[in-house]
Amino acid sequence: MKEIKANGISYSLTDEGYLNDASQWTPELATELAKEDGIELTEEHFKVLEYLRKEHQSGAPLTIRKVGKSGIVDIKGLYVLFPGGPLKFSSKFAGIPKPTSCV
Amino acid sequence: MSTTDNKPLQKVCIICAKGSIEDVYATLVMANGAVMEGIETKVFFTFFGLDAITKKQMMSLHTSTVGNPAMRMPGGLPFPTLLGVIPGVEAGVSAMMRSQMEALDIPKVDEFLEMITAGGGEIFACKLAMDMFKLTKADLHEEVKDVLTIGQFYELAGGDRTQIIFT
Repeated sequence: MKEIKANGISYSLTDEGYLNDASQWTPELATELAKEDGIELTEEHFKVLEYLRKEHQSGAPLTIRKVGKSGIVDIKGLYVLFPGGPLKFSSKFAGIPKPTSCV
Repeated sequence: MSTTDNKPLQKVCIICAKGSIEDVYATLVMANGAVMEGIETKVFFTFFGLDAITKKQMMSLHTSTVGNPAMRMPGGLPFPTLLGVIPGVEAGVSAMMRSQMEALDIPKVDEFLEMITAGGGEIFACKLAMDMFKLTKADLHEEVKDVLTIGQFYELAGGDRTQIIFT
């Protein structure tokens, strides 16, 4: 079990670095998680994270295509924001489980 | 990150030589999946696989209803090959397959190609097969980067953590 600290609070993570309890998420935690992967979060990033969290709460499976059609960012933009793992990294920083979809 | 120890793939070169729905989608899903994992991705379409990037054909790919032992009727009964030869059956089955993929949020071929290139993946066509089928670059979808010879393809495949995948 991994851990990460944000704002003096310790959070438990999966072995792959995903937050175990999505309800514990805070923006400060997102910033710390992103730092570990070398990404500095901006307002644009947070818009995507909020969208992902909302989608996750509704229980809908996450696909890159859906994010691309969200009106928040297109797929190209998503790759720019989260290089090397548009869905993998964005869902990690959003505090939701690693996506299980193949598209 | 633990993945630095087990040397993750750096590049995949995926070759698609067939033009049925399942062959083309196997290629597209693998290519898009690689791009999403941050793996450098080159896709090479040749022979009948060219249908997947030919503007005229790419949106109406078929799956074969003849000589496919895994083909089943809705409900699971075997699909008789003789039924598959009736005009319109293959088109109907293919349309059904496409609509089921749509329901799973699997994009259409053109959109899939755009998703791959949006993430930095590159799409190529085989020169020899293009000459054979009398196709020119203008017949191909805009996302196709170039028409290559096999030698040029191997040049692109360099690097010690590259895999070549033939779907």
